[in-house]
Amino acid sequence: MEWFESGWGLSLVVFLPLIGALVVLAIPKAEEETQKWTALLFAGASFVLSVLLALRFDFGEAGTLQLGTNVDWITAINSNFHIGIDGISLPLVVLSTFITFLSIIYSWEHWPEPHNPKAFLVLILILATGMAGTFVALDLILFFVFFEVVLLPMYFMIGIWGDRNEVTLPVFNITTQMRLYAAIKFFLFTLFGSAFMLLGFLVLYFKGGRTFDMLELAANGAEGMLGSGLAVWVFAALALGFAVKVPMFPFHTWLPDAHTAAPTVGSVLLAAIMLKLGTYAFVRIAIPILPEQSQNWAPVIAILAVIGIIYASLACLAQTDMKRLIAFSSVGHMGFVMLGIATMTPIGINAAIIGMVAHGVITGLLFFLAGSMSHRYHTREMARLGGNQKLMPIMGAILGFTAMASLGLPGLAGFWGEFMALLAAFSPAAGLSTTLFRTLMVIGAVGTVLAAGYLLWMLQKVNFGDPKDEWAGHEFHDVDIFEKMAWVPLIIAIIAIGVFPRIVFGATNDAVIKLVTSAFGG
Amino acid sequence: MILGQFIILGAALFSLGVYGVLTRRNAVLVLLSVELMLAAVNINFVAFDTYARDVTAGGQIFSLFVIAVGAAEVGIGLAIVLLIFRNRESANVDELDLMKL
Amino acid sequence: MLQLLTNANTLILATEEGGHAAEALSDGGLLASMAWLIPVVPMVAAFAIVFYGKRMPYKGWDIAIAVMGFEALYGTALLLAHIASPIAHDFQVEIARIGSMPIEWGWTVDGLSIMMYFLVGVVGFFVFLYAKGYMEGDIRFTWFFASFTLFAGGMLVLVSAPNMIQLIVGWELVGVSSWLLIGHYWEDHYASSSAIKAMLVNKAADVGLFVGAIIVSMSVGSFRFSDILHAVEGGAAEAPLLAQFAFWGGLALFIGAMGKSAQFPFHVWLPDAMAGPTPVSALMHAATMVTAGVYLVGRMFPLYLTDGFATEVRAVIIIIGGLTLFLTGLIALVQDDIKKVLAYSTLSQLGYMTAAMGAGAYTAGLFHLFTHAFFKALLFLGAGSVIHSVHSNNMSDMGGLRKTMPWTYRTFLVGSLALAGIPLFAGFFSKDEILASLNYAIGKFSTADGGSSVATIVLILAISGAFITAFYMARTVMLTFHGEYKGQAHPHESPKIMWVPLVGLAVPSAVIGFMNWPGLTSTFTDVVGGRAVRVLDHHATEFDYLMLSFGLTAAVAGGLIGMRIWGPDKETQAARDTFRIPLLYPLLENKYYIDDLYMDGVIRPIRGPVARAINWTNGYVIDFVVNGAGLLARSVGKVVYWFDQRGVDGAIHASGAVTGAGGGMLRLLQTGKVQQYAILIFAATVILVAGLVIWF
Repeated sequence: MEWFESGWGLSLVVFLPLIGALVVLAIPKAEEETQKWTALLFAGASFVLSVLLALRFDFGEAGTLQLGTNVDWITAINSNFHIGIDGISLPLVVLSTFITFLSIIYSWEHWPEPHNPKAFLVLILILATGMAGTFVALDLILFFVFFEVVLLPMYFMIGIWGDRNEVTLPVFNITTQMRLYAAIKFFLFTLFGSAFMLLGFLVLYFKGGRTFDMLELAANGAEGMLGSGLAVWVFAALALGFAVKVPMFPFHTWLPDAHTAAPTVGSVLLAAIMLKLGTYAFVRIAIPILPEQSQNWAPVIAILAVIGIIYASLACLAQTDMKRLIAFSSVGHMGFVMLGIATMTPIGINAAIIGMVAHGVITGLLFFLAGSMSHRYHTREMARLGGNQKLMPIMGAILGFTAMASLGLPGLAGFWGEFMALLAAFSPAAGLSTTLFRTLMVIGAVGTVLAAGYLLWMLQKVNFGDPKDEWAGHEFHDVDIFEKMAWVPLIIAIIAIGVFPRIVFGATNDAVIKLVTSAFGG
Repeated sequence: MILGQFIILGAALFSLGVYGVLTRRNAVLVLLSVELMLAAVNINFVAFDTYARDVTAGGQIFSLFVIAVGAAEVGIGLAIVLLIFRNRESANVDELDLMKL
Repeated sequence: MLQLLTNANTLILATEEGGHAAEALSDGGLLASMAWLIPVVPMVAAFAIVFYGKRMPYKGWDIAIAVMGFEALYGTALLLAHIASPIAHDFQVEIARIGSMPIEWGWTVDGLSIMMYFLVGVVGFFVFLYAKGYMEGDIRFTWFFASFTLFAGGMLVLVSAPNMIQLIVGWELVGVSSWLLIGHYWEDHYASSSAIKAMLVNKAADVGLFVGAIIVSMSVGSFRFSDILHAVEGGAAEAPLLAQFAFWGGLALFIGAMGKSAQFPFHVWLPDAMAGPTPVSALMHAATMVTAGVYLVGRMFPLYLTDGFATEVRAVIIIIGGLTLFLTGLIALVQDDIKKVLAYSTLSQLGYMTAAMGAGAYTAGLFHLFTHAFFKALLFLGAGSVIHSVHSNNMSDMGGLRKTMPWTYRTFLVGSLALAGIPLFAGFFSKDEILASLNYAIGKFSTADGGSSVATIVLILAISGAFITAFYMARTVMLTFHGEYKGQAHPHESPKIMWVPLVGLAVPSAVIGFMNWPGLTSTFTDVVGGRAVRVLDHHATEFDYLMLSFGLTAAVAGGLIGMRIWGPDKETQAARDTFRIPLLYPLLENKYYIDDLYMDGVIRPIRGPVARAINWTNGYVIDFVVNGAGLLARSVGKVVYWFDQRGVDGAIHASGAVTGAGGGMLRLLQTGKVQQYAILIFAATVILVAGLVIWF
């Protein structure tokens, strides 16, 4: 197993899906079964290997980067193929391979129009490589490459398989198809942020010791070399790039459109994993490399995070489209994650990571449900739904369960992230204003009430009451076997993390403590 | 200094060769001029070899190579000249502009 | 009020003996170390019922009743063991570590939690038994028992919690299962709306619980109650951080308690919770859920009692309690729905408990919680039995049922007497103890800052409350069981499975007050005082005869006047029931317009205009910028494209032409003549060599 632990295992986790994509590409278009099995095999292998990695992972040394490698890549700019995982990235790597695997299972019989499973599977697999790669990269250029790799497949996924309804832009009165608008908005918005991010990386390289290696940059005190005048702007550029991806208020508007327009699996992957790339980057890049600026900017981030919580919850209350409501709720949940990060304390960052994982499984499941329901009802308008609990009892029960998890019911996964973020806000890192953060704590707690409100009202509209007359005589198929296979693992994960949070905290805590100590001393 | 004299001899012989190559119209004479240039090179080789007391005698060996290559070259060159003469009834190089194509 | 808060030190009331020193406590042996079964069994059973209930002979009820039987037995065993030798057992197992703070699951076995285990187990057992009969034929019978078991399980998780985290977990489990149960008839919009109302009001108060738990835990650096309370015991000098934040922490925790215990102004969810099936109301408003708030205050009691910590908050607690007990009691007078009468009565009694806690009377508050759980469960089940029989909730459809439903009548009467505080019934002792401790509290308040007048006002409210309670219970009994039957159905006694639990609850409702007969017994005081921390407490060693006479007079007078007004004959009942006091009646009828205030002042604006405004902002402001930027870029792109076609392409074509011309000139050199090439080569060589020579 020597080879496995010296970077090959990790590389396989990352690149197996890409190889799978190439293999699927080589299979003739007509042989759909072969394509599906191939894709499943590669995604499954990647998942199994990531679990094996977790088993080989030395939790006693969760703070050190393990199982990685560092080989020359682009020697001209001193950029290396440097990968590795510590307690912070491990849960996220497993999450990404897990969700990818389930997405392929779910897709088995649920192909969005215009069909073409081959292309769809190829895109999912490429996405998988990009997502897993982002979580293991320890070199800024490598990170950037993976970070951008996910864009294009998602662009095509939304643009080709997305929602074909017409949408009219307010004010400008331009009418276009939802999928086209959402895809281009998603792509450009993210690219806009990435441009600034790359700029930040380049400044770090040229002024911070001519290296792209995250560990070296942090260890060499790149921030000191930059000087505070420049560091402010470098942090701002990086933060902008990450914030768009998170997304933080006010850079969030691509999210509701992209999630609503994307095909089910696209929404799931977007919500469950892609949003975490931004928050992960804050933890992995911004804080270790630019600790002082992180502290300077923390109040701004925290305020935006809390605005995001309240804003998104209120916006949810106004939604009539179920999928859009869930999309907006993501903005609120990521607000809690960002609030946790902004406290710059071990508790807060722990909260952020478990919040990411929990949001991944919970909102992923919610999007699966929303997709399956709109597939059956051919509408997502909540006003037309109702009595779902009667028409499809199991689906309704799972929706109810997931909504409870989403509103942060203690004992389920969502609680830890929210509560611990608030807990951390009570005593933020030294140097941050306690008054401000405690006020934000109370406002954030109010956000949980609003979250309960929109989710409960959603359940009332969708699940309860009697079915509308228009559905009389329709035959509805309750949850099918592929849906069960994709959802039950998620339900188990939600309960397991809720009851036994050590599943995540056990890996993260030491790593986070080490990260905070090395960034801020003490 | 004996080396200087050999270099002067080589340079003179080489210049004569160059002159011949550039000015003679007859292809056979051009070839002869090329041989002169090669001879000049050989003189330099042998001279420098002796001067540097090269134990491997590289310069002398190289001059043997040059003589062999020169012989081959003259053989092929004269054969080409013969063929051109047969085809075009002239061996004047300024009348040959087929390389333009 | 402000004055009262600032002069906090004068509020130290209760200082007398009570509770046990830590040495006198045993660890409870096997009984306590296996107590983890108490919360775990019902949680597991709830899932078992969901998955296997339908295959069981009684469709899941059998699992549920077995669980509750187990709980009742275990609770009783623990209670008896605790009376014999006080137990304080606390075990926690770490499930994660965050920063340096451990997060733990565990269980606690001490006087307070044992009292609750017993209460939930015994009352729960009777209610579950009864529910079999009441829910017979319900389409979601199995599902009902699954959520009902989850509900009881949540409450047991809550009371077994040895730390804040687990308390919150249990707290929210109770909340969410109450949502399931209140919304059991979810085809009905009113039911699902009531369920949401209950959960949202609780969630709003939970902001307080979260904030309070965070403040207190972070100030101490531990989530454990034992650590927090020992820090309190050590005094303000030992725990300066906690002392600094104790007021806000204590206040926030109390706000959380106000939600679950339905204190004014968070009381609005409770009457609507009647939309659920009656057994749910019986359990929810007696032994579980509403007791959680009082339990929390009891659990954290030293924090509110110890000098230098949150003593000021007790002023808030006593005022809230006083307001609740009086205002909601009045509303009960005008209700026609029998369950609503009982619901408002519950609110009023919860006000008593809270006021007692505020007065520093730990035992009195919990004792009323204890007795109230039995007789209120009994009353709800009795009401359910009546409703089951006449198919209506309204008392205007009842009357004269004492003949047709004898068992229900007798037990209901016992419950009513206990609730009204008629001597020797359970409620008499607990209510009297509350009045006595309020009276005692007055003496401890300083007269200078108005504190004593606040306590006096609360005492007067409490005595008036006793009158009101007896009055509306008399009305309820008369309208339901006396006079003549006014409805259309054919009333009949409920099946045995329903009236047997009524008898089972009527017995404790009658006798359980003897546990704390002033001067004779103090069993209950010893039970709830048996904790690892000292719960300083005022405990009356004999009757406060002044208060006894006031309370008794009020209760008897209320009862008699009520019986006189809603007399036995049909005509007087009809006449009296249409009697309306101007101004007051509409005020009570509309519940002081508080619900309307919340709906029209908070909920509707937020769901409507505010949410729409945010959504509008999203579409018309933020997206305006985004789309505008995109479209602007596209316009710029068009200009650039034009420039590209005309300008840049021109340049490209021009460069092509230049290259072509250059090539044309260069090709002149290519003559094909060997000697010319040779000249070029030599010339170039010479130039290069010359250059090299010159350079070096």
